[in-house]
Amino acid sequence: MRGQNALADLLTQLCPMHLILDEEGVIRDVGPTLQKLRPDAPMQGRLFLDVFDLTRPRSVTRFSNLLAEPGVKLNVVFRDTPYTALKGQLVVTPDGVVVALSFGISLLEAVRDYALTSADFAATDLAIELLYLVEAKSAAMEASRQLNQRLQAARISAEEQAFTDTLTGLKNRRAMDHVLARKSGVGLYYSVMHIDLDFFKQVNDTLGHAAGDYVLQQVARVLVEETRSEDAVARVGGDEFVVVFDNLTDRPRLRRIAQRLIQRLEQPMQFRGRPCAISASIGIAPSVEQPDCAPAELLRRADLALYAAKRAGRATLRFFDPHGSAAEVETAPTARMGPAPSGGEMRGR
Amino acid sequence: MHGLVNGAIQSFVINTYGRKRWTHVTEAAGLGFCEFEAMLTYDDALTEAVLDALCAELCRARDEVLEDLGTYLVSHPAVEALRRLLRFGGETYVEFLLSLDDLPDRARLAVSDLHLPALELREQGAGRYELCCGPGLPGFGSVMMGILRAMADDYGALVMLDHDGNRDGVEVIVITLIEVAFAKGRVFDLGARAG
Repeated sequence: MRGQNALADLLTQLCPMHLILDEEGVIRDVGPTLQKLRPDAPMQGRLFLDVFDLTRPRSVTRFSNLLAEPGVKLNVVFRDTPYTALKGQLVVTPDGVVVALSFGISLLEAVRDYALTSADFAATDLAIELLYLVEAKSAAMEASRQLNQRLQAARISAEEQAFTDTLTGLKNRRAMDHVLARKSGVGLYYSVMHIDLDFFKQVNDTLGHAAGDYVLQQVARVLVEETRSEDAVARVGGDEFVVVFDNLTDRPRLRRIAQRLIQRLEQPMQFRGRPCAISASIGIAPSVEQPDCAPAELLRRADLALYAAKRAGRATLRFFDPHGSAAEVETAPTARMGPAPSGGEMRGR
Repeated sequence: MHGLVNGAIQSFVINTYGRKRWTHVTEAAGLGFCEFEAMLTYDDALTEAVLDALCAELCRARDEVLEDLGTYLVSHPAVEALRRLLRFGGETYVEFLLSLDDLPDRARLAVSDLHLPALELREQGAGRYELCCGPGLPGFGSVMMGILRAMADDYGALVMLDHDGNRDGVEVIVITLIEVAFAKGRVFDLGARAG
């Protein structure tokens, strides 16, 4: 008995969540912190397996089986609420069966559920350090999360405000709208050219998006080279481009520019050694031919002309014709050796 | 300087003197922005410029302002998380003092690139302690004065503090503990995480 008292005193200091059991599994001594978890239900005198449900080792159903495995690691759960999980170790000594318990990962809930203080833990227990670390890390995480949120918001607003198409470096649709908005004065001389690539989908589908992106970049380069610095060149959709020609409404000149564009875009491009053949359909609407026409309307008319060009066969250009049917269709001189066959060839691969 | 340090100064100025004065300070310091990010690192010169501008704005000496900053960090509800982290240092004010040696390591455990100056507490007997604040963060000793004072209130202890000047870049604070349980102090609930 003296031995058991000395053992209990020692464990109370070093392991305030201990139990001392007799060989029948009856609880003879309870550590103060462990008893604090069930302040109204003294554990002394009760069976260990009545208070706790053994979750590991699973195979054990009777207390006597545990004694056969000295030093065994235990996972237990209280049989009543709160169902706090504890981990522990069982050691058989001459003065009784000692079960040393600790919270493990359930510590966070336990300090909240049982209003524990640092005095409830042994001086060597890392519980307080763990709690500190969880709080400190949570605070640091929260600061990082806020930073990420602000960066994300800044990124979205920057993208919304951007005027540049990141793939091609051309203006984007938003920038084009701004350019056109400045043309809303009456009697300004300018033209809107709407360009839509032909056979681009085949390039994308057969050679992949990287090839498609490469083609779009080459198209952008051609558009910039074939226009003047005062003209605005924009990519307004997947393979759609708009050029606004400043102070230029002369049909023959616009026609020459459009023909040259089609011609140059039909020149074979190579992506990683494989040919990407495309062409373009073009619709043109000069401002002087439609007096009092708002920029948005002019853009719509260029779009109608483009639609007519597409319908008339690819690699063609068309001016907007207010009288509809008598639209002027022009086929670029090189269109007869257009890329349709090579497009078919690519599909064959 | 770590954004957490800059952010602490910003939070102190805004919650003590108002956002308008903080905006003045950032303009006078030529920051070009008025929100420090806690998790970014800034040029040390920016922190210096902010502190200079702040002292000019308040017409007060730097050590006084920094001590107020230390008090703010422990006592203001906006930074309750920090007070809680400090209270993990121990059950009593003396335990807290003894835990200060670990403070820079604890800080680094939470935020790996936050480097605080070394702290060393020397027990002189009869309730007298000397806290040596190592070099690396000029004015840190003054901030610690404020923290020690506010933490004494937090634990309900009665102490006298003296800044004993600068010895080779090491700031020394003399702490005289007059009464451990002078007042009730504030409650520290381990399980109540500060939001």
